[in-house]
Amino acid sequence: MQWETVIGLEIHAQLSTRSKIFSGASVAYGAEPNSQACAVDIALPGVLPVLNRQAIEYAIRFGLAIDATINSPSVFARKNYFYPDLPKGYQISQLEHPIVEGGHVAIQTGDQEKTIRLTRAHLEEDAGKSTHEEFHGMTGIDLNRAGTGLLEIVSEPDMRSSAEAVAYAKVLHSLVRWIGICDGNMQEGSFRCDANVSVRPAGSEALGTRCEIKNLNSFRFLERAIDYEVARQIDILESGGSITQETRLYDADRDETRTMRSKEDAHDYRYFPDPDLLPVIIPQEWIDQIREKLPELPKDKRNRYIQDFGLQTYDANILTAARELADYFEQMVSVLPGQSKLCANWIMGEVSARLNKEGLEIARSPISPEQLAGLLLRITDGTISGKIAKDVFDSMWQSNGDSADTIIDAKNLRQISDDSEIEKWVDDVLAANPQQVADYRAGKEKAFNSLVGQVMKTSKGKANPAQVNSVLKKRLTE
Amino acid sequence: MTLSLNDIKRVAKLARIEISETDAQQNLVRLSGIFDLIEQMRAVDTQGIKPMSHSQDMVQRLREDIVTESDQRTLFQSVAPQIEDGYYLVPKVIE
Repeated sequence: MQWETVIGLEIHAQLSTRSKIFSGASVAYGAEPNSQACAVDIALPGVLPVLNRQAIEYAIRFGLAIDATINSPSVFARKNYFYPDLPKGYQISQLEHPIVEGGHVAIQTGDQEKTIRLTRAHLEEDAGKSTHEEFHGMTGIDLNRAGTGLLEIVSEPDMRSSAEAVAYAKVLHSLVRWIGICDGNMQEGSFRCDANVSVRPAGSEALGTRCEIKNLNSFRFLERAIDYEVARQIDILESGGSITQETRLYDADRDETRTMRSKEDAHDYRYFPDPDLLPVIIPQEWIDQIREKLPELPKDKRNRYIQDFGLQTYDANILTAARELADYFEQMVSVLPGQSKLCANWIMGEVSARLNKEGLEIARSPISPEQLAGLLLRITDGTISGKIAKDVFDSMWQSNGDSADTIIDAKNLRQISDDSEIEKWVDDVLAANPQQVADYRAGKEKAFNSLVGQVMKTSKGKANPAQVNSVLKKRLTE
Repeated sequence: MTLSLNDIKRVAKLARIEISETDAQQNLVRLSGIFDLIEQMRAVDTQGIKPMSHSQDMVQRLREDIVTESDQRTLFQSVAPQIEDGYYLVPKVIE
């Protein structure tokens, strides 16, 4: 039987606020255990949560970026469950009237573009951290993270493969950083994914029984966990079994998912509106102000690159995958107007390859966009060839901010466009390769390219290739 | 809606409250009394009235995003039953 995979994601993005969502304790990462857990965070009697304005603003920013509805009033609720890293015995979250409702993002897999709908995004507080290993049979609790503001972003079950799920997660990862609401650091847990996975016979409308996979803290794990889970569910169904709705944990070391808790003992969260918090009213003027301050969004940038710069959709998508990358590109184009395709090619080619090789982000590139634009300028004005430019690029990467001109002069790399010099090289090469000359005259076009190559080699790459072509042609037809 | 003894026990279990049979019986009586009050309120026609999420018709105040709390770990941990290396220790809980 043919099976169709159905995936929905829940993503927890830790908000880049300075203080917690309901208290004035710091959220800085990596502090001494429990040194950033105040009376509110550890739930001492008599404390009251007071909502952080910035957390609301960040949620609104997100909602505007995905064309969602901003709910006002928006209401906080208590989600009750018992766990030692949740000191109050409930998590302040949202059930009805989440701050962000609806919305959508576009994803691309291969050549396919697709819209993924979002159900909602709501604000909530994070729990603390439990350490089970180091305390001789006891569990150690660090409440520094307790009360950190999270935006939980819930998608509709619109994804049909692990590749789509990863593409969606990457789009959101890029977007939350783009609009500056989350640092996206997956190692530190700032951006965490849970995947709801089910399968159904291809063509069927009804959803299959789903399993929720937790603990997916990298895109690679997200992909592998979904692939494993899909295969597991299909196996069960094809051997006549049925899927049990449950929460499963992905074990990266063994590359498998396993039962964490089944539905029978699933939590009964007994949600109710938190009496400590009043409804949040968001005036339209506030939303308008936030909209005004929003940076140009990736999707708008992408469309502009296609329309104004004539880039291909694929290139435009790559260049707008991260704000730093788009900034780099735009800074280059401002120096080299009309050469956006050349700029794009170099960023996605040489620069990306080199950054990948050295494990660097574009923001840490040793070559600034102005430097690179300076180099490309020397290609477009004929000072150097594209091939020599790659050598200059290598030197530039190692140098401490040397300009292209400095390197070209120091290494004497200027392209030679002097006819007499090129003619001399051409004549030398023709004299040394009578066989290829004969081949060409006998109609073998390939021999021509080989001769061009020889001339370029003789000139140490400095001859202007276009001129070499024309001089060679002239000589061979004489 | 009528409450059963099982409901009481279930809620107690979810809240991790140990409850004796006698206490459960007494709580059943008390909570059922509260449920009767709710039933009386449900009889009121509230059609067309928007539900409130809070008993007071007021709006949430917001605070600026400023760190105002300093480290009081020593003070807080002075009343904790068991601590080690800055952590609170609790009986092992793994699901």
